Amino acid sequence: MGSKTALYEKHQEMGAKLVDFGGWDMPIHYGSQVDEHHKVRQASGMFDVSHMTVVDVTGTDAKEYLRYLLANDVAKLKEKGKAMYSGMLNEDAGVIDDLIVYLMTEPGVAGEWFRVVVNCATREKDLRWMSDQTASFDDVALTEQPELAMIAIQGPEAITAVKQAVSESRAALIDQLSVFQGLESEGWFIARTGYTGEDGLEIMLPEDESADFWQALADAGVAPCGLGARDTLRLEAGMNLYGSDMDETISPLAANMGWTVAWEPQERLFIGRDALQSIRDTGPDQKLVGLVMESRGVLRADQRVVVSGVGEGEITSGTFSPTLGCAIAMARVPAATKDKAEVDIRGKLVPVRVIRPSFVRNGKKVFD
Amino acid sequence: MSNIPSELKYVASHEWIRVEGDGTVTIGVTDHAQDLLGDVVFVELPEVGAEVATGDDAGVVESVKAASDVYAPLSGEVVAVNEELEDSPELVNSDPYGDGWFFKLKLSDNSELDGLLSGEDYNDLCEAEA
Repeated sequence: MGSKTALYEKHQEMGAKLVDFGGWDMPIHYGSQVDEHHKVRQASGMFDVSHMTVVDVTGTDAKEYLRYLLANDVAKLKEKGKAMYSGMLNEDAGVIDDLIVYLMTEPGVAGEWFRVVVNCATREKDLRWMSDQTASFDDVALTEQPELAMIAIQGPEAITAVKQAVSESRAALIDQLSVFQGLESEGWFIARTGYTGEDGLEIMLPEDESADFWQALADAGVAPCGLGARDTLRLEAGMNLYGSDMDETISPLAANMGWTVAWEPQERLFIGRDALQSIRDTGPDQKLVGLVMESRGVLRADQRVVVSGVGEGEITSGTFSPTLGCAIAMARVPAATKDKAEVDIRGKLVPVRVIRPSFVRNGKKVFD
Repeated sequence: MSNIPSELKYVASHEWIRVEGDGTVTIGVTDHAQDLLGDVVFVELPEVGAEVATGDDAGVVESVKAASDVYAPLSGEVVAVNEELEDSPELVNSDPYGDGWFFKLKLSDNSELDGLLSGEDYNDLCEAEA
């Protein structure tokens, strides 16, 4: 028996099939993963992501600590509530985890602090690592917020539906939010972020208010969606999944996360910088690409990718894309790979196209 | 609990068999199997005219979650396949014992039917797995 979120009874009531996910009993679907996927692309869906780990970073050294801890630079956050995606690297430039960090105050004010959201499966090692790194700073405190529930509401109609389910002042706050910004209203933290490639919100709120809010969202027409649809949506959107598309042995440059590394200012020392710089100087051996298979079948993680005249790679995440109606995947392949490869599907080499790893955004196909 | 019609026969690899009484059988995957698979997105069927023996690979059913082999539960010649599944693989989920059928065999050895499971036996087996 795993841990349960505050929404566990709601999930049962709404017919969820529950599975173990990193020690939590979480909904995989409520009947049909594919239907839930389409709901998010075409209207709105909601996900219980309360299993994710929220850590608040406070103290006068909070900012300098995060500038040392993360490959992206929190000094680039210039507006209250702005969020940033970053890798947290080890000394060898391997990815310990990927995370979102929000600036919770006006930038540069006294008492400036940050909220970090990391993965659930990596919680313990992340907290240990983050705690170890505070040793070089005088005043940093890390405070986990396990009593917060977290609900993601995603899709073209998501924001309109949420506004129907919240108080007037929260609805007014939602109207003000820019993309990738989160602000507090009456004890809820409401952010315009997500993991689906659609517009939408992620809302952190006290656990004891979460079941009523979930029901209000359902009443406003938002479809409950499981982690199954969350995975096919994020893969279509070309968003990495930690543990599949990258891990501690993979640098961000081999995981399509080069854009999240802030190389400037050069004097900023962050963990893994030296190792990452030498990988950058010689050029990474591998890259993360997208694969599209036009013939029938489904691409799966761990399948072998053969690039004629270049070498071999491996699929890191693969699925059938409900939006495109064909199989798609992310794969780590030799850096010299061009626009064609083959995938070994049960002993048969099947041709695939190689593209940038992004397939669907805002309901539309994004490659030629 | 999943639906297990008592007029059908079953094998432990989660296929059902309907004995048509004219020397042929119709084969598909059970409600329990489709539930485990989740949304089916692609079905690969054997070729009409192919000879299969009991336990041979006779196709693949792929869901969003996993690929699963389909085995021939009996020996014989493939006399028909459900071409509807090419465009509508979701029939396996919505109607596993009806429109979601996979293929038909002309049996080469009717005595093999004696080795199949009854609905009750199959139900026990599913409960033991759960």
